[in-house]
Amino acid sequence: MDATKLVELNAAYARAIDNEKFEEWPKLFHETCLYKLTTAENIAKGYEAGIMYADSRAMLEDRVSALRKANIYERHRYRHLVGLPVVLGQVNGAADVETPFLIVRIMRDGVMDVFATGCYLDKVTTSDEGALRFAERIVVCDGGRFDTLVAIPF
Amino acid sequence: MDTRIDLTVHEAAATPHGQTPHGPWPEDSLARVPYWVYQDQDNYTGEMRRIFEGATWNFACLEADIPNKGDYRTNQVGGMPVIVVRDADGSINCFENRCAHRGALIAFDDGGNVQNNFKCIYHAWSYDLSGNLKGIAFERGINGAGGMSKDFRRDDFSPRKLRTTVLGGLVFATLSDETPPIEQYLGAEITGRVKRVLNRPIRVMGRFSQPLPNNWKLYMENVKDTYHASLLHLFFATFRITRLTQAGGVLVSPDGAHHASYTIGSEDVAGAEAFKEKDLRSERDDYKLADPSLLQPVAEFGDKIQLQILSIFPSLVLQQIHNCLAVRQVVPKGTDKMEILWTYFGFEDDTPEMNTRRLKQQNLVGPAGFVSMEDGCVGGFVQRGIAAASDKISVVEMGGSQAESQATRATESSVRGFWKAYRRFMGY
Repeated sequence: MDATKLVELNAAYARAIDNEKFEEWPKLFHETCLYKLTTAENIAKGYEAGIMYADSRAMLEDRVSALRKANIYERHRYRHLVGLPVVLGQVNGAADVETPFLIVRIMRDGVMDVFATGCYLDKVTTSDEGALRFAERIVVCDGGRFDTLVAIPF
Repeated sequence: MDTRIDLTVHEAAATPHGQTPHGPWPEDSLARVPYWVYQDQDNYTGEMRRIFEGATWNFACLEADIPNKGDYRTNQVGGMPVIVVRDADGSINCFENRCAHRGALIAFDDGGNVQNNFKCIYHAWSYDLSGNLKGIAFERGINGAGGMSKDFRRDDFSPRKLRTTVLGGLVFATLSDETPPIEQYLGAEITGRVKRVLNRPIRVMGRFSQPLPNNWKLYMENVKDTYHASLLHLFFATFRITRLTQAGGVLVSPDGAHHASYTIGSEDVAGAEAFKEKDLRSERDDYKLADPSLLQPVAEFGDKIQLQILSIFPSLVLQQIHNCLAVRQVVPKGTDKMEILWTYFGFEDDTPEMNTRRLKQQNLVGPAGFVSMEDGCVGGFVQRGIAAASDKISVVEMGGSQAESQATRATESSVRGFWKAYRRFMGY
């Protein structure tokens, strides 16, 4: 799998979220997919739950609808710093990829905090149109504490 | 059943009986709460002594966390670190996580397994599974020199021990000899509501923690506040998981301390119209899920209760939102900080389909919950809003000024119940 294209996929992902173009975010996934936001400790213990969990692109779209129309929270945004992807293995055109990330949360009043660090455990395949898309993105946070609330996906 | 108990104010209390750090309670009504109660450090210290270290049952862990001998979890009872451990005979012990020697934590991980004893890393003093001080390194010194004095009695220095009890797989601990048996503590109704959900062996599905920038009581009040659910949480209302116009009510234990609110699954069209007339923000019928599999619940408790939120004084919440089950432990971290420890769970006999259903419905709660997200910030909004109002009071008057069970959720009855119990424990 072309490493440059993987980097571009991650860049598009971070850009969609950080620029608050949330509607672009589900488009980077396949129609049937898995997105989960969890912690390293839960993974280590074999606990399946996530604070966000979606097994379809439509469910990701519902996340976006909810944060646009339903949920109430103090205005804030993220800045992602995404590291270089490492391809752990490839089978039949599907690559297992691990990519570290750091998210700074910028609050309405200007306070900037390290909100989360961790790694993305991805399964990436090529769509019918020839673009790389996520079949799976498991967001594995290094820590288990989520300050106040998590409205915007990681 | 009357669960009122004799609550002797403990000797460590910061103020004399009937007095708060700010003089008498502002008005002798359960419907008024002074704001200093969320701000005052002396009051906070008093809460740790009189409530958490007093005659209350505090959540210690799940039985499922410690199935085998020597399995342990660490936790906090108010500000006090504790170890809860399974003993050889199957019983569960709990003791203060503080070495008798220099006060270091005896166990410093979230949990694990010890064979027969805990050993403090600092100077290797060791404790059996009951928390008895059993071994002192170099107690007799080296080559006859040094060591402890001959008249040192280990028994006088063991960490404080807590009594434990188990209800529906929830392990509770108390420092007080006066805390009544758990079923009496909760009352028959609330006990029944705990057993309704926790009716068979559970399995943990995940743990998350959520620090909040507010006093711990603001979260407990929010949990008990059935009035806000349909108004603050749009997701709830729009998708008809619950709203005030659905059938339901709130049970309050006779002493006010504990509650269970519930929703019965039936649509109330007339009620929906009433909602529209009020033009409430939280009612938007045009909002539909692109993937409705998020919310395809099945009744699993043999009744029509879709939602049950239950609180056990002082700081535990047991939640059933359809098939999304969790316990939330509220840990105070100072006058204006707290943490929710979320444990999502299912049952050992869940089918793969039920497991997936729970995973999807877990989107509803937790730090990123569609219906709980706002609860994460609203306590902080109160904490900030009252910054200059310590001598002012809040109004908790929906549904009257008493703290009884009511067949409506347009009430703050169980919030008043919290204050009824709180004032009794605090001697206010």
